[in-house]
Amino acid sequence: MRAAGGPDVAVGGVLLSVENVSLAFGGVKAVSDVSFDIRKGEIRAIIGPNGAGKTSMLNIINGFYHPQKGRITFKGETRAKMRPHDAAYRGIARTFQNVALFRGMTALDNIMAGRTLKMHSNFFWQLLRYGPAMREETEHRHRVEEIIDFLKIQEIRRVPVGRLPYGLQKRVELGRALAMEPDLLLLDEPMAGMNLEEKEDMSRFVLDVNDHYGTTIALIEHDMGVVMDVSDRVVVLDHGIKIADGTPGEVKSNQAVIDAYLGVAH
Amino acid sequence: MLYREAGQFKTSYAADAAVFPILQDRIGLAVILFIAAVIIPWFGSSFLIQAVMIPFLIFSLAAIGLNLLTGYTGLLSLGTGAFMGVGAYACYKLTTYFPDVNIIIWIAASGFFSAAIGVLFGLPSLRIKGFYLAVATLAAQFFLSWCFIRQPWFYNYNVSGAIEVPTRSLFGVPITGATATDTTRYFVVLGFVVVMTWIASNLVHGRIGRMWMAVRDMDLAAELTGIRLLPTKLLAFATSSFYCGVAGALLVFLWYGGAEPAVFDVNLSFFILFMVIIGGLGSLTGSFFGAALIFIMPIVLRYFPPKLGIPIHPATVEHIQYMIIGALIVLFLIAEPAGLARLWQIGKQKLRVWPFPY
Amino acid sequence: MDLLYKIFVDPFLQMGAAPDLLVQTLWEGLVAGVLYSLIALGFVLIFKASGVFNFAQGIMVVFAALTLVGLHEHGVPAFVALALTIAVMFCLAFAVERLILRPLVNQPDIILFMATFGLTYFLIGFGELIFGGETKIMIADQLWLPRGAIELKMAGGFVSIQKIDIAAAIIASLMVAGLAIFFQRTRIGRALRAVADSHRAALSVGISLEQIWVIVWFAAGLVALTTGIMWGARSDVSFALDVIALKALPVLILGGLTSIPGAIVGGLIIGVGEKLGEFYWGPLMGSGIESWFAYVIALIFLLFRPQGLFGERIIERI
Repeated sequence: MRAAGGPDVAVGGVLLSVENVSLAFGGVKAVSDVSFDIRKGEIRAIIGPNGAGKTSMLNIINGFYHPQKGRITFKGETRAKMRPHDAAYRGIARTFQNVALFRGMTALDNIMAGRTLKMHSNFFWQLLRYGPAMREETEHRHRVEEIIDFLKIQEIRRVPVGRLPYGLQKRVELGRALAMEPDLLLLDEPMAGMNLEEKEDMSRFVLDVNDHYGTTIALIEHDMGVVMDVSDRVVVLDHGIKIADGTPGEVKSNQAVIDAYLGVAH
Repeated sequence: MLYREAGQFKTSYAADAAVFPILQDRIGLAVILFIAAVIIPWFGSSFLIQAVMIPFLIFSLAAIGLNLLTGYTGLLSLGTGAFMGVGAYACYKLTTYFPDVNIIIWIAASGFFSAAIGVLFGLPSLRIKGFYLAVATLAAQFFLSWCFIRQPWFYNYNVSGAIEVPTRSLFGVPITGATATDTTRYFVVLGFVVVMTWIASNLVHGRIGRMWMAVRDMDLAAELTGIRLLPTKLLAFATSSFYCGVAGALLVFLWYGGAEPAVFDVNLSFFILFMVIIGGLGSLTGSFFGAALIFIMPIVLRYFPPKLGIPIHPATVEHIQYMIIGALIVLFLIAEPAGLARLWQIGKQKLRVWPFPY
Repeated sequence: MDLLYKIFVDPFLQMGAAPDLLVQTLWEGLVAGVLYSLIALGFVLIFKASGVFNFAQGIMVVFAALTLVGLHEHGVPAFVALALTIAVMFCLAFAVERLILRPLVNQPDIILFMATFGLTYFLIGFGELIFGGETKIMIADQLWLPRGAIELKMAGGFVSIQKIDIAAAIIASLMVAGLAIFFQRTRIGRALRAVADSHRAALSVGISLEQIWVIVWFAAGLVALTTGIMWGARSDVSFALDVIALKALPVLILGGLTSIPGAIVGGLIIGVGEKLGEFYWGPLMGSGIESWFAYVIALIFLLFRPQGLFGERIIERI
C-alpha cells in the first residue's frame, strides 16, 4: 500500500526526520530543538508527561502548526510550510485525541470519505452517478469493505457515528485514516478512555496494521504497558525537550524519564 | 407488514449503494411521480396547478439549492433571493437579446450566471465562516437587490421598473407569456424539477456529497483527509446558486409572468431558509416538505376559515403566518433540528416494524 | 481616466467647495451612527453574556416602540405607557430565556442564531397583529423630547441641527456610561462579566445563568426601547425599522462582536461612511447605495481583520 507522491523508501530507511524543530506560541515554548527520526515500517511511540508537547509535535508533522525553527524531511523531501491537505497527499494520515469524525455521516461514509484522495472521476459523471462515477464508487467501496472487515465493524456500517460508543468511534476513525493508504500513520492517544479489553483490541489492530499493511506508525500514548508491548522505538518528551530516545527497554530504565514522570524538579 | 426490508438482499455494492435500496421506497417514488405527472394535470383544478403546484415545485427547487449550500456543506447563506434574481434577470436579458433561441435553453443557461455570481460572493468563505459568512452573503443580497432596482439595464429601461415575460414556445406550444396555459407551464416546471432533483441526489450520494458533508462536520479533519476546502466550498456555492438561479428564472417566466425587483429581496432569502430549516437541513426530501409547509400553510389559512364560517382578514393571515413560521422555526430547532425529513424517517422506521411496536 | 477622476477626485472637490454641506452630511452621519451604535450595543450585550447572536435585536427596537405608541393610542398616559413598555420588555426577556435559551442551551451557536430568526419573524407577526401594520407617530412631545432645529452659521454656510438629534446623542452617551458603571461597579455587572468570560466557571461560583440571561435580555430590551424612541422620533415607527436594524450587522463586524466601545466606534464609522458615500459617490452609481454600502465596508474588513477593530482574535484549536 503506497500513497501518491514522493519516492519510495526502503524498509528500515528513514521515512520521517525531524531536525532541530522549535515551536512557540507567544511566550509558551511548546517544542524546543527536538530531533528524532522515524524508520519505515516501525512503530514509534512518542511519550511524555502532560504538556510535554507531544500533540504539538504531531500537529507539526501533519502541517497544522509551522515551526519557527528546524525542518521536517519526509520521504527524502524537506519541506518548508505544508498545508494539512498536502500532508494527506504525501501520505500522512492522522487520528485525534478527541475523535474527529464527521458526525453527520455514517461509519461507512466516514471511511469512504477517506478515499476521496483516490477518487478522480470528474464532475460530469458525478452529476449522472453513472459510468466512471459508479464504477469508482464500487471499486472504492470494495477497499473500504476490506478495512471494515479488518476492523470488525460490519454491523455498524450504516449507523451515524454520533450514536456509536466511544471505542467504536475510535475504530471508525482508524478506518478512515487507513482508507487513505498512508505511508505514515499518526495516532494521537488511540487508547484514551478505553477499558482493558478495548485497549487490547486496539493494540492488536495497531500491530496488525503495521504487519499487514506495512504502515509506519507514530503514536502518542500514556499507557506504559501498551507502549512497551507495541512499539519498536520510543521518543520521550518533557516540557518540549527530548529527554530520551531508544528501544522501550532502554527508555524504561532511563533515569531522566523516570524523574520526568515522577515529577522530580529539574 | 407492508414496509419491510426482509428478503431484499443486495448482491452487489452497486445495488447496495442505490439511492432507494428498499423496494417499497421505489414503488412509493413511482406512485408520487405518477400522481405528479398524470393525476394532477388531468384532474387538478386550474387553481391547484397555478396557485399551488407550480410555485410549490419552484420553491422546492430553490430550497434544494439552499440546502446543498447550508444543509450539506454547512455554509449559512442569506443571499438566496438575490441569486434567484440573478437567474431571472439573466434569463430575461438572454431572451431579449436572442429571442429565437429556445427558452428552455436560456432558463438552464441562466443557472450558470447565478453560479458565477455565487462563486464570486463565495470567495470570502476561504477566510471567514459561520455568522460572518452569513453577513457576507447579506452583502451580496443587498447589493444585487439594489442592482435590480437601480440599474435600468436589467429591466430593459422599462419605465415601471418591472419586467414582463415575452411569449416563448416549445414545439409550437406557447410555454411563457400570456397565452401559455397553466398545464403546459406545469409540465415544464415539473420537468426541470424532476431532472434537477435527480442530479442533486446523484451528487449528494457520491463523492461530492461526502466532501461537502465532511466540510460541514469538521473542516479541519476534512482537510486532513485530503479534501481541499476552497474548491469544495466554491463548488457548493456554484451548484447551489445554479439551482437558485434556475428556480428564479422559472419563478418569473413560468409562474408570475413578470417581476418587480422587490420580489428578490431579503425576505425571500429568509423564507427559503425557513423551508430548509423546517424541512430538514441536509435532506433533499426535506426541501420538498419545508416548501410545502411554508408555502401551502398561508393558502390553507386564507381559504379554510371562511369555509368554516370564521371571517379572517387577509392582512391578519399574513401576521399569523409570520407568527406560526417563527414559532415553528424555534420549535423545530429545539425538538427536531433535522426537520420534517427526520420525522418522516422516524415514521418510516416505525412503519418497518408495524404492527409490532419495535 | 474620466471615471477615475469622478471616483477619486471629484467628490473631494465637492466636499471642499461646500464645507457647510460637508459638515451637515457629517453630522447626519454621526446621528445615524449613534443610532446604529445603540442597536449594536444591544447585540453586544447579549452576545457577551450568552454567546447568542440575537438577530431579533432590530425587531425588538420596533416592537418596543410599537408597544409604547400603541398603548398611548389606547389612552394610556405617556409616562405610564413608558413604564408599562419597560415591563413588557421584561416579560419578553423572561419568555425568551424560558422558551428559547433554556431548551437550546447546549446547541451550537449557529442553531441559536437561527432560532433568533424565528423569534424575529414571530415578533413581526405578533407586533403587527396586536398593533396594526400602519406607520405610527412616536409620542415625542409627550415624553418631553425637544422639537425643532438649531441653525448654526459655520463653514461658510448654514448647518441645521435637529434638537432631537442632540438629545439622542446625549441620551445614548448617558446610556453607555450607565452601562459601563453597571458592569464595572455593581455585583450583577460583575456576574455578567463572569458569565461572558466562561459559563462553566460562572456556574461553579454559584451564578445563575438563567437569571443573568433574563437580566441581559432585559437590558438589551431597554436599549432597544431607547433606540426605538429616538429613531421613531426622527422618522416615525414602522416595520421598515427592522431593515435598518440589519445595518447593525456591519457595525458589529467593524467593531467586533464582543466590544462595547467597538459597537460605538463601529456605529459612528458606518454611519458617517454611509452618509458620505451616499451623498458624494451615490449619484455616480444611481443613488440608494446606502442599502449595501455598509455591508461592503464590513466585507472588506472581514477579509483583512475578521475580529473587527476591537474584538478578540478567534483561535481554533484541535
